[in-house]
Amino acid sequence: MNSKEGKELICIVCPNGCRLNAAMGEDGQLSVTGNKCKRGEKFAQAELTNPTRSLTTTVRTSFSTMPWLPVRTDGEIPKKLIGDALKELQSVLIEKNLRCGEVVLTDLAGTGINVIAASDL
Amino acid sequence: MNKNAKTYDVTVIGGGPAGLAAAISAHEQGAHVLLIEREDRLGGVLKQCIHDGFGLLRFGEKLSGCEYATRFMHKLEETDVEVRALTFASRIEKTDEGFLLSLIQSSGFEQVKSKSLVLATGCRERTARQVAIHGTRPAGVLTAGSAQYYINILGQLPGKNCVILGSGDIGLIMARRLTLEGANVLGVYEAKAEPSGLMRNIYQCLVDFDIPLHLSKTVTEVHGRERLTGVTVSAVDERMNPIPGTEEYIPCDTLILSVGLIPENELAESLGVKISRATKGPECNQDYETTVPGIFSCGNALHVNDLVDYVSESGENAGRAAAAYAKSGHEHRLKSVEVKTDKNFGYIVPSHIDLPAKDSVPFFFRTSKTRGRTRVKAFMDGKEVFSKVFAGLRPPEMEKIEIEAAKLQGAGPLQFTMEVDEHEQ
Repeated sequence: MNSKEGKELICIVCPNGCRLNAAMGEDGQLSVTGNKCKRGEKFAQAELTNPTRSLTTTVRTSFSTMPWLPVRTDGEIPKKLIGDALKELQSVLIEKNLRCGEVVLTDLAGTGINVIAASDL
Repeated sequence: MNKNAKTYDVTVIGGGPAGLAAAISAHEQGAHVLLIEREDRLGGVLKQCIHDGFGLLRFGEKLSGCEYATRFMHKLEETDVEVRALTFASRIEKTDEGFLLSLIQSSGFEQVKSKSLVLATGCRERTARQVAIHGTRPAGVLTAGSAQYYINILGQLPGKNCVILGSGDIGLIMARRLTLEGANVLGVYEAKAEPSGLMRNIYQCLVDFDIPLHLSKTVTEVHGRERLTGVTVSAVDERMNPIPGTEEYIPCDTLILSVGLIPENELAESLGVKISRATKGPECNQDYETTVPGIFSCGNALHVNDLVDYVSESGENAGRAAAAYAKSGHEHRLKSVEVKTDKNFGYIVPSHIDLPAKDSVPFFFRTSKTRGRTRVKAFMDGKEVFSKVFAGLRPPEMEKIEIEAAKLQGAGPLQFTMEVDEHEQ
């Protein structure tokens, strides 16, 4: 996806999915084209320096009616830490009832981001 | 008929996002509502949609599917809507007073009456047989939705080395999910020359994990007796016919199909509701009332949506209209006007408008093929009533437009057109 002119990206902030072209100028300034809104610029900046993603997965529960609880990070974590984050979540076991939005795990993989329940249990 | 049957104003069939929204909005209109769900929990397919990206339009947040459904369930809990889970509507008959529903539930068989109906029955996945994949029938060939159920609800990985056929959104989401859970996704094959899913999903589900996307290629044969051992893929021509000599064997234990969704309208058809050939859902007016008075349709049963926000919106409209119908039947209607499009449209919903219309009328459409800068216009009796330029149109991306009701006057039909925008640079 690289070209001389810059890097081709697709913005994942909203369903519009703008096709971005992000080029680093000689002055170190990033120029982004193709974005319909400001969030595209911010996204491109992060993609080229430290790409981040939200993580959604499931964790084990002790309830037979719902043995797996869907969870998600309450913010984005660096893409390169997703493997570590998943490993950490594998050891989680939920043994009490929860409401959607309650924190399941704090400071996931040292990112400072929390993991929250994405459903009632 | 059972004279002691309970009577409701509105009965909603299906407790997914469309049905939840319909039940809540009918209740808000003062209707006595029954919500029927065949599974043990409400939420429909959202129960297994643990990925995020839901609710951006409605809540301005990136929720997971489960969370999005939970918000509606919490709202529903505050109402006196009667919810019956593990209940199946086996038969519905039209009567002089409305509808008679035969329900099968854990307490046994029961008949209930309802003045109006909202069919929120969702859609089904197209299967291997429907896309003409030939060969043996080994284990390991499953739809993307089934794979999603195995992983997210049951916590079971359906296979280790997976090939995905079709680039629909669920297939892309499952490519990422399988990878994160430790499976090896060998590639996504798409018979069309362009991907079917949203671009953002191509990026965050395939590009992020270096999963190759092969366009204009399809699976032509499956191999294996007990368990899948491999698939043959072939390149296809523009008419999607396999090109002899291009066959390639790929060893794998799992083939996941993401080859389209079809609105589920078995109940609607049994009631004589006319089904559109374009959407495969009921023909309807702007209130999503079908061709049978008192029967409303919404969500993916009406037409397959790509955003749940629109599913909820159609549920709300259908629920509101069903409550109004239960209260006073139809308000005075002057006439019904057909909605027509030129060949550039894949489809448009609604298929007709009953005049006079109120406020503004939303239209949902898809383009028949990928286009650049395009102007969409609507005419009524030769007069232009709508004009808007779209920077680009793709068949997987549903577009919504609104036309003020005041402009929708005349004999009709309401004719939509698409043309290349002249100001293209």
